[in-house]
Amino acid sequence: MRRQLSAVISWSYFVAIYGFIFLPVGVLVLFSFQDGNLPIPPFNGATWKWYAEVFADDKLTSALGNSLMVAFLSSLLACVLGFCAAYGLARYRLPGTAFQRVLLTAPMTVSYLIIALGLLVVFNWVGIRLSLWTVGIGHVVINLPLCFAIIYASMGDHQKNIERAARDLGASNLQIMILITAPILMPSILAAFFLSITFSWDEFIIAFLLSRFEVTLPVEIWSLLRSGLNPKTNAIGSVVFLISAVLLVLLEIFVFQGRSKDDS
Amino acid sequence: MSSASIEKSETRKAWCFVAPALAWTVAFFVLPFAFMAAVSFASRVSRQTVYSWDLGNYINFFSKSYLLKGLFVSLEITLLVTVISVLLAYPLAWIIAERVPRRWQRAALILAILPFWTSYVVRSYSWLLVLSENGVINNLLLDIGIISEPLQIASSTTATVIGFVHFFVMLLTLTIYSNLIQLSPNYKRAAFDLGANAFQTFWHVILPLTLPGIMVGAFLTFVLCIGDYITPQILGGNNELVLPQIIMLQLGRRADIPTAAALSIVLMAVVTIAYLLCLRWLKMERT
Repeated sequence: MRRQLSAVISWSYFVAIYGFIFLPVGVLVLFSFQDGNLPIPPFNGATWKWYAEVFADDKLTSALGNSLMVAFLSSLLACVLGFCAAYGLARYRLPGTAFQRVLLTAPMTVSYLIIALGLLVVFNWVGIRLSLWTVGIGHVVINLPLCFAIIYASMGDHQKNIERAARDLGASNLQIMILITAPILMPSILAAFFLSITFSWDEFIIAFLLSRFEVTLPVEIWSLLRSGLNPKTNAIGSVVFLISAVLLVLLEIFVFQGRSKDDS
Repeated sequence: MSSASIEKSETRKAWCFVAPALAWTVAFFVLPFAFMAAVSFASRVSRQTVYSWDLGNYINFFSKSYLLKGLFVSLEITLLVTVISVLLAYPLAWIIAERVPRRWQRAALILAILPFWTSYVVRSYSWLLVLSENGVINNLLLDIGIISEPLQIASSTTATVIGFVHFFVMLLTLTIYSNLIQLSPNYKRAAFDLGANAFQTFWHVILPLTLPGIMVGAFLTFVLCIGDYITPQILGGNNELVLPQIIMLQLGRRADIPTAAALSIVLMAVVTIAYLLCLRWLKMERT
């Protein structure tokens, strides 16, 4: 009896919290199909009208393209820099390794607002004009520590023997890095890469403060919010949700499959 | 080649690998940060930034009540959010770890954090749809007849707290779950063998063992919450401004970078203090 009661309480709690978690997303997606001008109850019936409007809006589609491009390029650079640094620090003995690790991961502990503000001050002072490039620089700053930490953590000693074997067989350092180390570490490199992409894709404050004429999607959505509640905002929000969900599935596939391969 | 010169060339190669990342971090993180710290000691005189090297901005912060109040509002909201999120997330993590069959646990977790990956801006906007004056909640409550007048939830601190809690329940469920699942079932068995009931087992065995994990998750919540601008700006309205909103206000309307920089340094100091407290607590726990 008591057992059953506790089971009932547990499962009701489970359902209630999941309801809470999915409530806003559900409302968002449902009212993106609203046949009417306000995304609030009552629901008048379904229409694709707002999606059509989203894809006809040049500002939104170009912001979407900008976002994907900034996310892809900044994550790529962050991954390459992070991988090289992790390789250097894990495979060679350098003075001050501990200090370098701290330095490379330090940006993780500082809020994005402060990173953006610092870059803004410096760009102003040097006279660099704000653009998507400056946004990209900011995104590499926030993603480099992440990439470095993930890849560094997966560089174990057991890979050293394979690298040593390659060296004995006459491979150069660069060949070893590209042909041996990188493929072995590919699961964590991809994990770092996709995680960086999702962070950059979703990042607002750096993109907001460091861009001017061309903006990324979160910034464009932000300016859309000024017009209040609007089914079009729901529609673009649902599109973003879909893209993020796809990224999550990719992450899950690469990380999860990578992990299970390691286990076997 | 002698071994010394081999070592030298090896060291040089290693530097080649590490140097680009280090250079990037120094150029675009350390330097800007140092610069911002310097600017916080400057002042804004007739639309020009003058390097006066005084504590004017910091003195202003502690003497002007609307700036200081921002810090207190931030701390209040952050602490409230952290406590509520932990209290809501712990049972959920426990249910997933204990009640959900093993092979469904991963799916349950992924489902729980799926909305976590929607755009942050969009998520706050979605809460606006739910909480606004003629939104879903008010409509539902009016239809059922619980209330006769719509509740004013949107544009208030309550809405900000709800938006934050939604985000951090997902985050904390993940961290607490990973803690619970690592516990050996032997602890529980031992407690039962020694005559403890379910509650005693939880209170004296499971909870203390997961406390360090909770603290780490709570600290993460604290840091992300206190530095956030989007959620309070979209959901909180303009009544009780938090520190990041005040910082953005200095940047936007008045282009007052020195004050914004000083406020950011204060924000960072608060986070650092929280970090040191958390670290000290974890050390005490261990000894």
